[in-house]
Order: sequence, then structure tokens, then C-alpha cells
Amino acid sequence: MTAYGGAGPLAGPARRVGQGRLAVALLSPTFAVLAVVIAFPIVAAVWDSLRVTTEGLNADGLVVQGERFGGLTNYTNLFSGAAGDRFRTALGNTTFFTVTTVAIETVLGLAMALLMHRAFRGRALFRAAVLVPWAIPTAISALLWRWIFATDGVANTILGRQVLWTADGIQAKFAVIIADTWKTAPFVALLVLAGLQVIPREVYEAASVDGATGVRRFFRITLPLVKPALLVAVMFRMMDALRMFDLPQVLVGAREPAVETLSQLAWDEATNLRYGPAAACATLLFGYIALAAYVFVRLLGADLVGDREARR
Amino acid sequence: MSDSTGTRRRRLSVRRLGDHASLVAVAVFCLGPFYWMVVSSLRRTQDIFDSAPLPSPVSLDNYRAVFQPGNGFVRALGNSLVVAGVTTILTLIVGVFAAYALARLNFRFKRPVLALIVATSMFPGSLLIVPLLKLFTDIGWINSYQAMIVPNLSFALPLAVWNLTAFFRQLPFELEQAAMVDGCGAGQAFRKIILPLAAPGVFTTAIITFVVAWNEFMIALAMVNDQDMKTANVIVAQFTGQHGFDQPFGTQMAAGVVVTVPLVIAVLVFQRRIVAGLTSGGLK
Repeated sequence: MTAYGGAGPLAGPARRVGQGRLAVALLSPTFAVLAVVIAFPIVAAVWDSLRVTTEGLNADGLVVQGERFGGLTNYTNLFSGAAGDRFRTALGNTTFFTVTTVAIETVLGLAMALLMHRAFRGRALFRAAVLVPWAIPTAISALLWRWIFATDGVANTILGRQVLWTADGIQAKFAVIIADTWKTAPFVALLVLAGLQVIPREVYEAASVDGATGVRRFFRITLPLVKPALLVAVMFRMMDALRMFDLPQVLVGAREPAVETLSQLAWDEATNLRYGPAAACATLLFGYIALAAYVFVRLLGADLVGDREARR
Repeated sequence: MSDSTGTRRRRLSVRRLGDHASLVAVAVFCLGPFYWMVVSSLRRTQDIFDSAPLPSPVSLDNYRAVFQPGNGFVRALGNSLVVAGVTTILTLIVGVFAAYALARLNFRFKRPVLALIVATSMFPGSLLIVPLLKLFTDIGWINSYQAMIVPNLSFALPLAVWNLTAFFRQLPFELEQAAMVDGCGAGQAFRKIILPLAAPGVFTTAIITFVVAWNEFMIALAMVNDQDMKTANVIVAQFTGQHGFDQPFGTQMAAGVVVTVPLVIAVLVFQRRIVAGLTSGGLK
């Protein structure tokens, strides 16, 4: 805390109170915006998820729709019947995509970062190349991959076979995983590269003097020292993968059992005006993301915002 | 002696060759699909399934098709520009103040506040879309720019605050203290000293925010059904060919190039700064 301008003749409780007031004033616009675009929707979504639409006949014998408190009906409906199958499929897809893409992207990103770290010439060029997939809108990149994976597309030409990539089934899952890996593995590489660059060179020199081999140096020095950066990258990738929407929606389509994610399901229900089930699905997804983040931090001790702050 | 240095040199050059080969592989991996989009966009409709690495003959048919008045593509580009531009400006105006407070002022609950702001960027968009869709329907905002801009702030603002905080924090504290000793208030010190010095950081944040807002799809897809208000991403994804059910890939690739190239150029020009912004934020 000493670094935060507390020194000198200006320090003291009076000044701290003054700064506190100023801080509240400066932060209030941000909190006002976040209250409207985050806090309100969350409270409203949870409220919506507890309401059900009812149909009945009024005095004139016309069908009228009403809303009433339905308790956990929307939630229990998600687990039963045809809707239950769809929800379970979406939950399975979401989990499958998250686990596979994050695993592949972490390994690939780490490998790419190590390569870029070694190369002295042309590093800037490669960093620029890495940013290109990041800059392309996901919806556009989904179209691009849809084209690559078309029946007569270049993927099948290269493979020399006719795979129906975006039709359905396991191939469609692969198509989503490949396209997602392309877009985000470079980004993981970029974050890891930043972590690699702060490792002092002397550590490696000392290890070399002690006769450590390359593999040993990697597992004993590089990996532990780059771990904080890597974990932050994995964490953000994981949360992003759990709410994946654009890529399966454009690459394969809406309501496709092979790729439908929880975000797609909630979106589909909401745009079809079934707000209660949509809100219940989105709320469960939110709970899932929060749980995943909590478990991740607990198990791996990810260096999150607060901790990193404290160390500076 | 000379023999052993020779071997070492040879081993080094082999290793360097391997490095170069792998770097080329990385570049091909990153740029290959983008290259394919550009090449495909330059083919004639009848050659679209060619798999030659270069289009022959080169044709601008697809670009002509994209800009046909009936597609509303120009209008959609304008919509994207308005939505992403306004989102960026609003985000920066609001975010700069918060970031200044978080980076330069001394107050209680600073860390929880920052953590809370960052955490808000992690909510699934589909959770926000349900109530916002309902609200915007009620107040007649469907098919309006604000229906896309306001929800966009939920993604852009936390990112911008986090990025700007990292930039503001790098500036030396003595500057402000000196200014305050000379009789400047905190507000004046901020306006006259910090803001000009932080301009590169603000600019970097602006680029990143703009890219993120330009790429947004889910909200734009849900909030707008009027053809004239759709953003470029949505219009392109919904292109239907003149021939009914077959997907007009050539046109879509051309449109994709038009939507993407300005960003790719910006990214290449400001590469160093963007990397600094992304990695200091440590966050998408």
C-alpha cells in the first residue's frame, strides 16, 4: 500500500477521506452503467426464471395468457421430457466443447509461445500474425470455416474425402473445435508469451551451468514461472468457452443437437418469447460458469485479479 | 577445437532452421484461413469450388454482388460503425474516470471494487439478453441503435476499466504529487498531467474496445429484425444467394473481407500497442 501516494506531506486520514469521496464520484458512472446492463438483467432473469406463463379462458371464452409465480417449475422442466433431452444435450455439448477446446488451446498456445519466445528476428511479425484471427469477428470466422468445411470445400480437397462437416454428428463437433482453436490458440500464445518474457534470463543460465537438460529446464523452470500467466489465460478461455454462441450458431446453425450450447438454447428460447425457460437455462449456465471458476481457482490457485493487485 | 565449434555451429543452424520452419507453420496456421477467405472472394462464381491457391482469373464479381443495393450491406457497415463507435466513446468516457480512481487514489475497498468490475465481464450474454430483450420490447427499443449499444457496454466497460487501470498505474506518482504541491487539485492534476501522458493507453484501449464491439453478434442478432438496422456481421451471416438455398460463399467471403480488412490493417499497424493492452489486461 505504501506505493499508492501515501507518502509525503499530503498523507493522512483527512486526505484519505477526500480521496475516498473523489473515488466514489469517479466510480459512480461506471457502477450506474453496470447496474443497468448487468445487475438489473441478472435480478430480472432470476425473477423471470421463477415465473410461468399460464393459459386460461376468460369470461368471454377467449384464451388469455397470464404470468404467475411458478417456483422452480421452469428448472424442473429443463430436466424432464423432450425439453430435458435438449437441455442435457446442450449441457453435454457445452462441457465437451469447453474441455476439449481449452485443453487443445492451452497445449497449442504454450507451444506457440515457446517458439515465438525463442525467435529473435521476426517476432513482431509473428505477433501480428497471431492477432489476425483475434481481429476477425467470430461470426465471420464461422462463415469462413463453413466455407472451408463445405462439401466441395478445401478441407475435403486436402483430405481427399467427402466428409459432411457441418451437417450433423461428431464431424460438426470437430468443425466447431477446429474453428475455435484457430481463433483462440494464438491468443493464448500471446498471453503466455507475455508471461515468458518476464522470466529473467539468469535463471536459465544458472540452470545450464548446473547441467539441466532442455526438458528438465522446461518442467522445472519455465512451466512453474509461466504458470500464473498460463492460468489466467486458461481461466478466461474457460469462461469464454462455456458461453460459446456465435461459432456453432453460424458454422452449423441454430437448434442443431450436435453442437447446440446452453447459450444457444437460452437465446433460442428467449427469441421465441419463452422467457421463463430461457431465463432458467441462462441462470443455470451462469451458476455453471461461477462454479467452474470457483473450482478452478480453488484447485489450481489461479492468480486472479485481487492477488495480482496485492503483489504489485 | 575448431572441429568442435564447427559442430556446434552446425547444430545451432539446424536448430535455427527448425525454429524457422515451426514459425512458418505458426504463421500459416494463423493466416492460412484468412488467406483462403481473400482468395475465395476473388474467384468467379463458377470457379468458386476451385482449390488452386491463387484465383485465376481474378474477378471482382463477388465484391460487386456484395455492394448491390438490394443487400443493404453499405447501410449495415454504417450501422456497425455507429454501434461500435458509440460504444467505444461511451466506454472510454465512463471508464477513464473509474480507472483513474482505481489506479491513482487511495480508498477503502479498492481491490474488491476492481475485482467486481472485472467479474461483471464474465456473465454469459444469454443471461443478460432475456431481460433486456423483454425490457427493450416494452419500451420500444427493438430495432434501435441504443438496444445494441447499451448491452455492448456490459462487455466493453469492464475490459476498458481493467486495461486503463493498468496503464494509469504505470505512470509515476511523483508527477501528480509535484502538481499537487504546486497547488493543483486532484481534478486538475488529472486533466493536465495524467490524461495527456495516458493518451497512448487510452488510444490502445479504444482500439481494443472497438474491435470487441465491432465483433459483437449475439445482441445485434437478437435486438434487431429490421433489415435496415442490422449490423454487418448479422447481414453477412444471413446473406442468401439469388438461387435460393445454396449458400453464396463467394459473396460471403467478399463481405467477410470487407468487414475484416480494416480491423486487420489496424491490428497490423498498432500491433505493439494492442499486445501491450491485451497482456497488461490479461483479459480478452
